[in-house]
Amino acid sequence: MQGRLSPRTQAALYGLMCLLLVPFVFPTWWMVTSSVKPISEIFAFPPQLWPAHADFSSYQQVFKLQPFARQYWNSAWIAAVVTLGTLGVASMAGYAFARIRFPGANALFVVVLTGLLIPSEVTIVPLFQMFRALGLVNTHWPLVLIPIFGAPCVFATFIMRQFYITLPAELEEAARVDGLGRFKIFRTIALPLARPALASVAIFTFLHSWNLYLEPIVFLSTPTLFTLPQALTQFTDAYGGPMWNIQLAAATLTALPVLLVFVVAQKQFIEGLAHTGLKG
Amino acid sequence: MQEARPFWTLARREALAGGLFVAPQLAGVLVFVLAPLALVFWYSLHEWNVLANTFEFTGAQNYQDLLQDATLPPVLAASAVFAAGLVVFNLSLALLLAVLLNQKLVGITAFRTLFFSPVVVSLVAWTIVWGFLLQANGGINGVLKLAGIEGPNWLRMPATAMASVIVVQVFKNVGLNMILLLAALQGVPRELYEAARIDGASAWRQFRRITLPMISPTILLTSVITVVGALQVFAQIAVLTQGGPGHSTTVLVYYLYQQTFQFHRFGYGSTLAIVLFAIVALLTLAQWQLRKRFVFHEQS
Repeated sequence: MQGRLSPRTQAALYGLMCLLLVPFVFPTWWMVTSSVKPISEIFAFPPQLWPAHADFSSYQQVFKLQPFARQYWNSAWIAAVVTLGTLGVASMAGYAFARIRFPGANALFVVVLTGLLIPSEVTIVPLFQMFRALGLVNTHWPLVLIPIFGAPCVFATFIMRQFYITLPAELEEAARVDGLGRFKIFRTIALPLARPALASVAIFTFLHSWNLYLEPIVFLSTPTLFTLPQALTQFTDAYGGPMWNIQLAAATLTALPVLLVFVVAQKQFIEGLAHTGLKG
Repeated sequence: MQEARPFWTLARREALAGGLFVAPQLAGVLVFVLAPLALVFWYSLHEWNVLANTFEFTGAQNYQDLLQDATLPPVLAASAVFAAGLVVFNLSLALLLAVLLNQKLVGITAFRTLFFSPVVVSLVAWTIVWGFLLQANGGINGVLKLAGIEGPNWLRMPATAMASVIVVQVFKNVGLNMILLLAALQGVPRELYEAARIDGASAWRQFRRITLPMISPTILLTSVITVVGALQVFAQIAVLTQGGPGHSTTVLVYYLYQQTFQFHRFGYGSTLAIVLFAIVALLTLAQWQLRKRFVFHEQS
C-alpha cells in the first residue's frame, strides 16, 4: 500500500489501469471519431479507430435539422442562471444554519433537509400541475425555479453549511466588534472564504442542470425551447430510427465543451467534488 | 419604571438576519417539495384523466389497483435488480479504482482524470454512444467478431438488456464514488499501516482490518448516494431501451412517467410516486440504522 513499488508491480499496475480504462475512454473516443465518419464507414468491419475520410457534413446537418444553436443557448443560459441562483440561495441559507443562532433554526433545518429525502421524480406530477395552473408549462420557468429553490438546492445548502461550520468564530467576532451587521459579515468575510465550497456547488449544480432530462421532456414541447439532452434524441429518420452520424455529431457538440473545461480545470473539479462528500 | 431599551437588541437582529437568510430556501422547500408531496398524496386518492378532464375522489381505489397491477411486480423487480446490480458493480469497481489510483506512480493524475472523465460527459450523449456501440452491428459486436464471437443484440434481449443498462450507468458515474473513496483512503493515518507492518500483517489483512473499517463511513455514504440515484434513473432507460424488451428494464420512475404522461393517468401515476417515496424513505431509514451498527467510528 505504501512505500516503493517494485518495477514489476508498477508495470502490472499500469497494465491493469490501461485495460480498465477502455470502457471509460473508448465511448467518448468513438463518439468523436465516428461523428466525422461517413455513414458507410460508421458500421465498417473491422471497426475503424480513426476516420479514413473525415466528413464534417453531419455537423452541418445537426444545425439544419433542428434549431440546435437555439437549443444550445437554452441549455447554457438555464444552467448558468440555475448555478448562480443556487449559489445565492444555498450560500445564504447554509451560512445562517451554520453560524447564526436564531429561534427555530434547528426545526427549520430539519424541514429543509426533507428535500434530501424526496426525489424530484416523486413530486413531478404536482409540480407539472402547479406550473400548468400558472400557465408556465412549455416555458423555461420550471427548469429554472425548481432547481434553484427546490430539492436540488437542499444538497447545496447542506454542503455550504458543512463548510461554514468549520470557519473559526474569531474571524467574525472582530468584525462584529467593529459594528458590522450580519449581511456585511457574510458578504465581506464568510463568502470570500467559502470559495472552495462555492466552486464545488457550482460544478455539480451546472452538471446537474446540463444533464436534466425528465423535467425538460415533461415541461417542454416546442423544439425551439428544448434543451440539449432532449434535442439529442430528436435526430431520427422517417421511421423513428436514429440517424447515427448526426446524433453522434450532436452528442459530441454537447459533451465536448464541458469535457474540455474539465481537462483544463480537472484539479478544481476533482477536489471540489471530493470536498462535497468528505463530511457526509 | 423600566428603562427604555432599544428595540433592536442583538438577539432580535440575529433572529431577523437568520430569518431573512433562510427565507428563500425555506419558501422554496415549502412550495416545490412539501406542498407537492402533500398534493401527490391527495392526487393518489383520485381518478384523474387529463384528456377526459375528469377528477373524482376514489379513495383507496388507486392503491387497490396497485395491488392488482400485473405490471407492478416486474417493474419493482427491475428496479431492485437495477439498484442491486448498480451498487455491487459500482462500489466494487470504485473501490478497486480508488486503491489503484492511491498508489504512488508517475502520471497517476492523468489516470484519475481519464477514469473521472465520463462523469462530465453529458448523460444523454454518453447513453447515445453506448446505444450505438451496443447495437447488433455496433462497435462492441464488431470487436467481439474480431475474436470470432457472434455477439447478441444486447438491448433487445431480456437477459442482456438490464445488464447493459447497468454497465452503461456504472461507467458513467463510478468516477464520483471513486473520488469520494480516494479522498477517504488518503485520510487514513499512515501510522496504522506502519504499526501493522511491524506486526507482520499481510497487505490483504491490512486492507481488511485497517482500510475498510477506516473508510466505512464513506462506503456507506457512497452506497446511499448510489441506491437513491439508481431508483431515480430515467434518461438512460428512455434512451436505451424504452423499458423493453417486455418490461425487463421498466424501472419505477420510467413506469411512473409512462402512466402519467403517456397514458395520462395522473391519479395512478401519483400512487406510483407514493410507492417511490416510501421505498426511498425506508431505504434511507435502514441505512441510517446500519450506520449505527456497522460503521467504524473514530473516537471523535
